[in-house]
Amino acid sequence: MNGISVRTATLLALAVIILLAPVLFPSSFYYRVGALIFINGLAAMGLVVLVGYAGQVSLGHAGFSGIGAYACALGPVHLGLPPLVCVALGAAVSGLLAFLVGRPILRLKAHYLAVATLGLGILIYMVINNEGWLTGGPDGMTVPSLGVRSLLKGYGIKVTSSEMWYWISGVVLLAGAFVALNLHNSPAGRALRSLHDSEVAASTIGIDVARMKLTAFVISAVYASVAGSQVALMNRFVTPDVAGFMHSVELLTMTVLGGAASVLGAVVGATILTALPQVLTVFEDFEHVLLGLIMMLVMIFLREGLVPSLARRMRRSAP
Amino acid sequence: MTILEVEGLGIDFGGLTAVGGVSFGVGSGEIVSVIGPNGAGKTTLFNMISGIYRPSRGRIMLEGRDITGVASHKLAAMGMSRTFQNLMVFQQMTVLQNVMAGRHLTEGVHVLTDLLGLPGSWRRNRESEREAMRLLELVGLERGAWREASELSYGALKRLEIARALATQPKLLLLDEPAAGCNAVETQEIDGLISDIAGTGVSILLVEHDMKLVMKISGHVVVMDQGEKISEGRPEAVAHDPRVIEAYLGTEAEGAKEHASG
Amino acid sequence: MSEFLQFLFSGITVGSVYALVALGFILIFNASGVVNFAQGEFVMLGGMITYFTYSAGVPLAAAAVFAILVTCLAGVALNKLAIGPARGASVVSLIIITIGASIFLRGLAQVVFDKQLHRFPSISGDDPISIGGATILPQSLWIIGGALGAFLALYLFFSHTLTGKAVLATANNKLAAQLVGIGTNNMMTLSFALSAAVGALGGVLMTPVTLTSYDVGLTLALKGFAGAILGGMGSPFGALAGGLLVGLIEAMTAGYISSEYKDAVAFIVILLVLFVMPNGLFGRSALERV
Repeated sequence: MNGISVRTATLLALAVIILLAPVLFPSSFYYRVGALIFINGLAAMGLVVLVGYAGQVSLGHAGFSGIGAYACALGPVHLGLPPLVCVALGAAVSGLLAFLVGRPILRLKAHYLAVATLGLGILIYMVINNEGWLTGGPDGMTVPSLGVRSLLKGYGIKVTSSEMWYWISGVVLLAGAFVALNLHNSPAGRALRSLHDSEVAASTIGIDVARMKLTAFVISAVYASVAGSQVALMNRFVTPDVAGFMHSVELLTMTVLGGAASVLGAVVGATILTALPQVLTVFEDFEHVLLGLIMMLVMIFLREGLVPSLARRMRRSAP
Repeated sequence: MTILEVEGLGIDFGGLTAVGGVSFGVGSGEIVSVIGPNGAGKTTLFNMISGIYRPSRGRIMLEGRDITGVASHKLAAMGMSRTFQNLMVFQQMTVLQNVMAGRHLTEGVHVLTDLLGLPGSWRRNRESEREAMRLLELVGLERGAWREASELSYGALKRLEIARALATQPKLLLLDEPAAGCNAVETQEIDGLISDIAGTGVSILLVEHDMKLVMKISGHVVVMDQGEKISEGRPEAVAHDPRVIEAYLGTEAEGAKEHASG
Repeated sequence: MSEFLQFLFSGITVGSVYALVALGFILIFNASGVVNFAQGEFVMLGGMITYFTYSAGVPLAAAAVFAILVTCLAGVALNKLAIGPARGASVVSLIIITIGASIFLRGLAQVVFDKQLHRFPSISGDDPISIGGATILPQSLWIIGGALGAFLALYLFFSHTLTGKAVLATANNKLAAQLVGIGTNNMMTLSFALSAAVGALGGVLMTPVTLTSYDVGLTLALKGFAGAILGGMGSPFGALAGGLLVGLIEAMTAGYISSEYKDAVAFIVILLVLFVMPNGLFGRSALERV
């Protein structure tokens, strides 16, 4: 297996899943869950680049999702920008912020890095939560429509909002996967992945460790931001929770659950963590108990994450 | 012409002197070895030269330029690369990708091109792959090119590190105990490999415990003990230097005799 | 002046709670290299179990002791069932495991107990003591005393008992500790038990002042963690000082700058400290081995 076939196989698998899953959907509600999975999967893919490739941890990436989300809420109202431009603006602001704070933060390692990114995420959350005059505070604010549905209506095509967002987020997810997979076995991707195993060895072959870490941080911030923008535009509403600590934890868990360095794993992780609460509403009160248990069990017994662990098992059982 | 010049290089850790003040030089195309008993400060010396530790005193000159305290990734760009005593292979990559990673400086950083998978990214990949395969052939690992690095044997990993270091196209290669932990056959292979590399005009600075290897291939030997240089010169001269014998006798008499005579 | 004194009192009170959490953090971190994100849940368990045992008619002191013991068991279980089996896992895996444990314990408390806010009576009543124009609750003195007591006990334990030294040896070099005959597994268990006990003590002491509910753990963990980082993630003294400092900074910010951003300041301070002194105020730097 070389890099090209893994790339093609992953893209094909994703495309097939996105195209065929609706066959199984009994109602429009499932389109919404599907869209949420794709959106979370996108943010998790960004963390694949940061955590899986470059070996850095972040407990604050929901902060960048928050920036992307509120860019779409504030941009049209205060700057008169069309929603799509706001997505780009949010991504640019997130990328710039990641670039500015990344260098000092990424000097830290392991647990210290986790705390610093956690602090960064919480600070972003607090600004959104406290500056009520701008953001509506804890009550949140409405987000203008993307305008695609009324455009389609003009052509006589009628889709529900959930259906439309299913397809939009599916295409964006594919684009995100394409980019992350391109990176994997590219010159820049190899430089990133070399940090994962040994920063010292990486530096002795000429890799500017700080610069490459920063690159991964910025890329993952942009992914998280675009994901946040999509959530805001889909829900037509946004609250500070999108930037909250628990959301950061969810994103990191999705990434690692599926297999930190696996693009497909990010989608698998996102599926489990997004669909689970929907399924568990039956158990209601036990949702957290089960979520916590799953997080612990997977990390203890399938340390590499679901996709790599299963792939290994299949390879072993193959003749 | 000297490629590396070390003058009075030393370092202290928390008030303790690990390396006092060591001076020596490496000529162009030469193989120079640093030997000494365990704890003599050889690896610490290496870590200073390769920019991982910042020396407390002294100077390091590479091709006449002062490189004291220069970060290691910049040293790689100036033509210095190294291997590690405790292997530092990229375990999550294939053997081939490990060596391709060593081409980082030639490839340059073009993040957008790589993200979008533009032709430039593929072209650089192909070039790197070709060159990496050539280096793998040189170290005799071309057959395992597509295996995961973590599947290789210890001796093979040592050679993989050498190939990765060579991929940076160094003028000076620092090898930290390339034969440590290898059996007799592997040692002989590495021995031949080092001579071959030197034959292509790369200067080599070697830290080694295996006296036999050192004596056979080095043109010049620096002997360290307790953080100081105690002797240097041609291998056979050094082997008969009473200070060297004493240093080895004082710590590991049997081992040294065996190595030197065997 | 009396205003400043008032902020000072409230800062030291809340800082003492953070110090207890921070002490718990470093106990586990020193022994296992694991940052336990479920540390706040120990505090929650201490408060919640005490409340429900007390409500069932058990005398307060007995309820508190019972709560601390049960929390100890939870700490030991965390080590045996989750941290132990994951030995050798990456930092990210360990972070997710302890966050998973935190979510699990929070969920369990929500199921076993309830989602209400609870408090039980203070130890020495609720009549404020006035000092220099400011007032302080008697329970605050108990909290401060608890933090100082826990610090002193841990300090004496580590510096004056053989077991304490064995824990430190395990933390410094596990293999070497094993070679000289220290049961490093027992030392890990002991560290988790002690850490849980210190956390639960914090919960027991703070509940009469700050109230408790199933979800108080997370915020406390973050603040305590801030304190531990500030103190250099090493010595009990660092944890005590760091925790108190976070509490003081928070109270002063709430009093003089903005109560909305009082939580933010703790994190800004952490970020600044980490940027300037990556090893904390009282930590020592370590060289990477090559």
